[in-house]
Amino acid sequence: MTKLARDLLFPLIAVVAAFIVGGILILIVGDNPLDAYALLLGSALSWPDGIGYTLFQATPLIFTGLAVLVGFRCGLFNIGAEGQLYIAAFATAWVGIRFANLSAWFLIPFCCAAAILSGAFWAAIPGVLKAKFGSHEVINTIMLNFIAVALVSYFTQYHYKVPGDPILQTAPISEHAYIPPLGKFIPGFPERIPLNVAFLLALLCCLLVYLFLWRTKWGYEIRATGSNPFAAEYGGISIRKQIILAMAVSGALAGMVGINEVLGNRHRYYDGFSDNYGFTGIAVALLGRNHPVGVILAALLFAALQHGGIYVDGFSEHVTKDIVQVLQGIIILFVAAEAFFKWLLGRKASMERLRA
Amino acid sequence: MALGTKSVDGTFASVKLMRDIFTFSLIASTIRLGTPLVLAALGGLFSERSGVINIALEGKMLAGAFTAAAVTYAADKSLGLGNMSPWAGLFAGMLAGLFIAAIYAVICIKFKADQVVSGAAINILMIGMPGFLSGAFFLSSGSTPQIPKDHLLPQSPIVIAIAVLVVVAIIWYVLYNTPFGLRLRSVGENPEAADAAGVSVSKIRYSGVLLAGVLAGIGGAYLSIGQSSLFTRNMTAGRGFIALAALIFGKWRPVQTLLACLLFGFTEAVSIQMQGVFKLPSGEDIPVQFIQMVPYVLTIVVLAGFIGSSRPPRALGIPYQKEK
Repeated sequence: MTKLARDLLFPLIAVVAAFIVGGILILIVGDNPLDAYALLLGSALSWPDGIGYTLFQATPLIFTGLAVLVGFRCGLFNIGAEGQLYIAAFATAWVGIRFANLSAWFLIPFCCAAAILSGAFWAAIPGVLKAKFGSHEVINTIMLNFIAVALVSYFTQYHYKVPGDPILQTAPISEHAYIPPLGKFIPGFPERIPLNVAFLLALLCCLLVYLFLWRTKWGYEIRATGSNPFAAEYGGISIRKQIILAMAVSGALAGMVGINEVLGNRHRYYDGFSDNYGFTGIAVALLGRNHPVGVILAALLFAALQHGGIYVDGFSEHVTKDIVQVLQGIIILFVAAEAFFKWLLGRKASMERLRA
Repeated sequence: MALGTKSVDGTFASVKLMRDIFTFSLIASTIRLGTPLVLAALGGLFSERSGVINIALEGKMLAGAFTAAAVTYAADKSLGLGNMSPWAGLFAGMLAGLFIAAIYAVICIKFKADQVVSGAAINILMIGMPGFLSGAFFLSSGSTPQIPKDHLLPQSPIVIAIAVLVVVAIIWYVLYNTPFGLRLRSVGENPEAADAAGVSVSKIRYSGVLLAGVLAGIGGAYLSIGQSSLFTRNMTAGRGFIALAALIFGKWRPVQTLLACLLFGFTEAVSIQMQGVFKLPSGEDIPVQFIQMVPYVLTIVVLAGFIGSSRPPRALGIPYQKEK
């Protein structure tokens, strides 16, 4: 089997297998799986709303998927994208509020820099802790997720909320920091759909991540560290530096979710805005086999499911939108247990040999 | 003046503060809040000491919490078990934890999948599953129906404290004074040597992971049918991760882990009881968010080796490949 065929086949098997297991669950609760899946996936294809919202939902997932990918390529598991994107979204809003007088030409890049740098900073903490003290990045990123959520909730509640506002959110950012919805440029595509230029930025990031990892010396060193740290160190690569660099790049990518959310959608920081983007990013990276193109495809699938979840909630008798999370979990389990399919195929082959 | 300023009634402010903090109700709620943490953390201890990472404690607690509440409700409604229904619920919650752990164990041990990835998958799956099932069976958006007050597990802090101490004592004894405990620890530290000595690495790891499922399931059950009287969406709210933090803070040892859980239960009790702000003697407020952060910050600090060192079992997270 060629590498490309394997890269396409296994994710496909995992998705199909997950849909079969999910279908059995839907049958058990008393609905027709085909109807449920038609609602789940069919609604994503309608023009303009289905496609528009699916691409909008895919935007944060591409960013977090890339973030997890960069970590994985260095042998690191960044479960902290969720915390990084919260910190970054808040920082983005902070700049958008604090420097409201700047013109758009300065304010938008300034806000974007805030998102990228604060995300990178928050992710660099576990990077430094791992490089300096050897403490496991998985534990530290989990802990930092909770710290991040508590920290931004504190700042929002005590310092940046509009007095009297019952919702835990900051004041709106300056209008100069708004980035345009794609409806402005595409005829027939309504501006009310929040899909915005951050989606194009996400696609650009896929290309940049590809170039960075596979066409630069730094990227090569990160991948070398990921595939065999001992050999990399023997070859003169500083593993510690690569760990910190990879975490920072990973966090910067996760942080860009703030650009989509704050500059492109709500135009303020809103407590609890993330629909588990950071965790879904893990599923996106794994299903996309840690390749930027795979990340785009996987992000589109999960975004379509998430969008379809609303319709399932509304139009099916028993199935709720929770089926989306269930499918996501099963998909990652199947992707993780690739050996299971190999074992299954191997057993079949050996059975045939026995029969022959 | 180290104790702070004297207040009107003649006591030092800081003494008064201590008196205000350590009220009976706070100690009681520390025990109540600490209990699910202790159970889940000690479950995690079995799994991790055998060499299998357990970031899926959260998912197992959710499974236990949802199943316990659903079964307690159903046992009374359809089977008429009455006061016995919470015990049926507790048993079902335990089985749910065991079931999830069994899936996790097969994937991680038999198929040697990445333990962190599989654990994350279990957690994502279990965020969705209770909502999916309760939507179908209770036609609700993610919660089970309310269970009557007299159909809940015992609430008395003294009863719970004794029960938890007994569990910890048993676990301590099993871990340090039985052949099984010795094998468990050796498999987590040096599976090759254990294997050479005739210990089945995978059998021991299966038992470690399954025990984790049982204990985390019970911990989750206590959340829904002990502390509360129904399951609500994502009701663990990160407690599985706090349990994991306590396990690390307790350096993977039972007694220290128990103390860590009580400390973290205490921070939660304080943040609930202070209702938003915690007043310092000097009159300054500490927002509740900072109290909530304490367990996580402490864990990072301990893991980095700033307060003693917390060293994980040596083979933690590495699937065992028998040499052929």
